[in-house]
Amino acid sequence: MDTLTLILYVAFAPLLGGLLAGVDRRITARMQGRFGPPILQPFYDVVKLFNKENLVVRRSQTVYIIFFLAFMVFTGGIFYAGEDLLLVIFSLMLANTFLVLAAYKGSSPYSAIGAERELLQIMAYEPMVLFYVVGIYMASKTFYIETIATTQHPMLIRFLPGIFLGFLYVLTIKLRKSPFDLSTSHHGHQEIVKGITTEFTGPSLGLIEITHWYENVLLLGMVSLFFAPNLWMGAGVALAIYLLEIFIDNACARARWQFTVFSSWVVAAVLGFGNILALTLFG
Amino acid sequence: MQKSPWIIHYDGSSCNGCDIEVLAALTPMYDVERFGVINTGNPKHADIFLITGSVNEQNKAVIKNIYDQMPNPKVVMAVGICACTGGIFRECYNVLGGPDKVIPVDLYVPGCAARPESIIDGVVKALELWEGKRRKRTGRESIQT
Repeated sequence: MDTLTLILYVAFAPLLGGLLAGVDRRITARMQGRFGPPILQPFYDVVKLFNKENLVVRRSQTVYIIFFLAFMVFTGGIFYAGEDLLLVIFSLMLANTFLVLAAYKGSSPYSAIGAERELLQIMAYEPMVLFYVVGIYMASKTFYIETIATTQHPMLIRFLPGIFLGFLYVLTIKLRKSPFDLSTSHHGHQEIVKGITTEFTGPSLGLIEITHWYENVLLLGMVSLFFAPNLWMGAGVALAIYLLEIFIDNACARARWQFTVFSSWVVAAVLGFGNILALTLFG
Repeated sequence: MQKSPWIIHYDGSSCNGCDIEVLAALTPMYDVERFGVINTGNPKHADIFLITGSVNEQNKAVIKNIYDQMPNPKVVMAVGICACTGGIFRECYNVLGGPDKVIPVDLYVPGCAARPESIIDGVVKALELWEGKRRKRTGRESIQT
């Protein structure tokens, strides 16, 4: 177990995630011909949110958000500590479930529709995420991230090109980027206001922001695992992919949930399952 | 000085002139997002309540409702002469006047229509007011940014 990377993750992931969000907003503005906010804007936003009143519909909704954050830190923690990849996937799922429950607690039409759409998004990306774990296991013969990352073996992506591309497809859903930002969006207006986060104010909205930063750093870590044992190259590719996602976000209109779910399943079946089938037959 | 004002914009019974100018402030020409301004469309996320147009019997309750849904500290800005006094509509049978007839208004930005420059100026003034209200509420001197 690698305690150093674990501590680094818990302490610095929000910093890195917040900076990424700031760069994201600046690049988005430049793509739209605007100057854009300062790079540190996401931090200003969160500090402001913690200075606001916490208006709630039900007090328990804040409790769910605290669990959402706690399980996200736990998930990222076991990933960066080099533990079991299966556990990472399952506790990531649990963390997201808490967000959905919190949104249902809000009980406004907007947050309820946001929660429904979040469930659809989970349905869309989950098969591909499972194929990701299976693929990584078949290529490296272990679930332990530390062993995957440190053992000398040919780069995993050489066995998993299909799973890599399929994972990128669902990464757009996970990063909440257009065309798949159904449940909530980074951008101001949406047809369901702010969807899943509509009913959260001040500090609890701030906690949701921080959790997203933790989540984004975890997801980029999962991308870079494809390049194990060459993790620095993986980190570089993960950043490049984040830039690509910003471009996709700005170039696409929001898709309908039918397209989101079925296209993700087709991608998972063709690229994910196809890759695993190829590994079984020829690997 | 506070750096992240999120706005909710409500059109009372404006002729749409001021609304167009408010939205113009978001375009590449003026780009208020460089001050961290976001047009949220959600009262629960907003810091500044920006009202254009006069208040009438129909939207009195709506304005009150939006105001009540906003978490403290909050600042209310009346944009355009109709929102300040009722403007040319002030003598209409259903018009009450500006939003200050329903909720406390902190800032008045006159003009017909209010220019984007003066709206941005108003938002910057609103930030100072917001900071004062925050200090009164939390008792802390400044935000560490």
